[in-house]
Amino acid sequence: MNTTVNLAGVELKNPVMTASGTFGSGQEYSEFVDLNRLGAVVTKGVANVPWPGNPTPRIAETSSGMLNAIGLQNPGIDVFCERDIPFLKKYDTKIIVNVCGHSTEEYLEVVERLADEPVDLLEINISCPNVKEGGIAFGQNPKAVEAITKEVKKHAKQPIIMKLSPNVTDITETAKAAEAGGADVLSLINTLTGMKIDIHRQAFALANKTGGMSGPAVKPIAVRMVYQVANAVNVPIIGMGGISSAEDAIEFILAGASAVSIGTANFFHPTTTIEVVEGIEKYMEQYHFENLSDMVGIVK
Amino acid sequence: MAQRQKETAKVLSQECIAENIYSMWITSEQVASMAVPGQFISVYTKDGSKLLPRPISLCEIDKDKQAVRIVYRVTGEKTGTQQFSKTSSGDEIDILGPLGNGFPMEPAKGKKAMLIGGGIGVPPMLELAKQLEGEKVMVMGYRNADLFLTEQFEEVGEFYVATEDGSVGTKGNVMDAIRENQLEADIIYACGPTPMLRAISKYAEENKIVCYVSLEERMACGVGACLGCVVKSRQIDDHSHVHNKRVCKDGPVFLSTEVEI
Repeated sequence: MNTTVNLAGVELKNPVMTASGTFGSGQEYSEFVDLNRLGAVVTKGVANVPWPGNPTPRIAETSSGMLNAIGLQNPGIDVFCERDIPFLKKYDTKIIVNVCGHSTEEYLEVVERLADEPVDLLEINISCPNVKEGGIAFGQNPKAVEAITKEVKKHAKQPIIMKLSPNVTDITETAKAAEAGGADVLSLINTLTGMKIDIHRQAFALANKTGGMSGPAVKPIAVRMVYQVANAVNVPIIGMGGISSAEDAIEFILAGASAVSIGTANFFHPTTTIEVVEGIEKYMEQYHFENLSDMVGIVK
Repeated sequence: MAQRQKETAKVLSQECIAENIYSMWITSEQVASMAVPGQFISVYTKDGSKLLPRPISLCEIDKDKQAVRIVYRVTGEKTGTQQFSKTSSGDEIDILGPLGNGFPMEPAKGKKAMLIGGGIGVPPMLELAKQLEGEKVMVMGYRNADLFLTEQFEEVGEFYVATEDGSVGTKGNVMDAIRENQLEADIIYACGPTPMLRAISKYAEENKIVCYVSLEERMACGVGACLGCVVKSRQIDDHSHVHNKRVCKDGPVFLSTEVEI
């Protein structure tokens, strides 16, 4: 059985990775998960300098989901290179660094700083709904998506993944724009903008008022978008959005994702990633798929 | 290399000990053997629509029986905590822990300690009171005469009560009880609502008393990864490299002088 996945020339042992922002840089969850068994670890977004993030409360629970408004708190690229990359290098897994910024220049500064680091792929976060500048501001307009993709591609030494926002009318437009700009891989979906009101305090549940919604409740939207994008572009797709089991992950793969990320499920079931790795193998055996790639996008 | 995991614990007993306050003993070898006072566990609902664990501090740790006690507030109808309250002896419940750092007891050696709890911040002070050696005084604040855990505190040592309506002990809050009874200490441990902790921190700083506070914040992961539950720190934090500390991982117990609350 061959579970390997090739993403822009980088070979992953299996299609299971972690969704940015839900797994830190792997250290905290290494107590629960053998990182060697993951296809890749996708780190929390990192910027050129430390970001303090948003005020609390940053978290609210919703039905079968949650809202977060962390605001991309991160220690900055210098600390990340000194501490987090060496930690991840101890493991036999691929390293994908999620890159964030307020402006094109800030993205490029991080991308250039990572050029000589032992990092396998870069994921460019143009879809965070919780920061005022950068993030989603780049991700909702196809022209802006194409422009930033081009700039990043010019400066990046590693292949680039553009992470797309679902908060658009037609996600195939931003997907095609990223592809036109030179994206090697697309990842989707980031969180959906949501709001919760605390009726007893008569106030917003989150200090940021709005937050990004994730968890099992968003999965059907994510599967639909992966299917649409898979039929609109020729680059590989990393699918995510509410995956909590191997069955969920397989839906994404059959819809057109070459790999999958586990996000919110890490919070309520820390060993989800490993269970998805094992469950996909079982499924391949059951349905006689010799290669994982034989499953990708076969539901048309 | 990865050893820790979520576990299915058995409920030993469930009891309502005051209005909306429940006491549950559960078996967990992992938690009971590792836990120290002030740590918490993540408790999971069986309801797929309520995903996130509820962080609940440990009220008692019984290493012999390999069991721990949590005393928690049911926060409303159809809540996760209400589900917990409906479990009974023999039922299964998913937990993860122990989590967080707990109260450091070493700094209290040879000193007079004051343990202060308010509302649902009272329970974690009980195990600390039981384990902390040496001279100590305990001050617990409640809303009214619907007290809980007071008999157990009385067994441990010198104990004072404050109630908001004045029905038992000092009328007012824990600070009023400290003043009324002219209580003094060299080191303070406190858990309770933020305004109470703010007042205690100020009092401790003015009187140059070492003070540890146990904080609460909305959490998602409970293990330090998501950065949901941060508290402002006075200095740039070693881990975050900004003025933020993680309540779940770096806390929930902090020196009052480390954090801005």
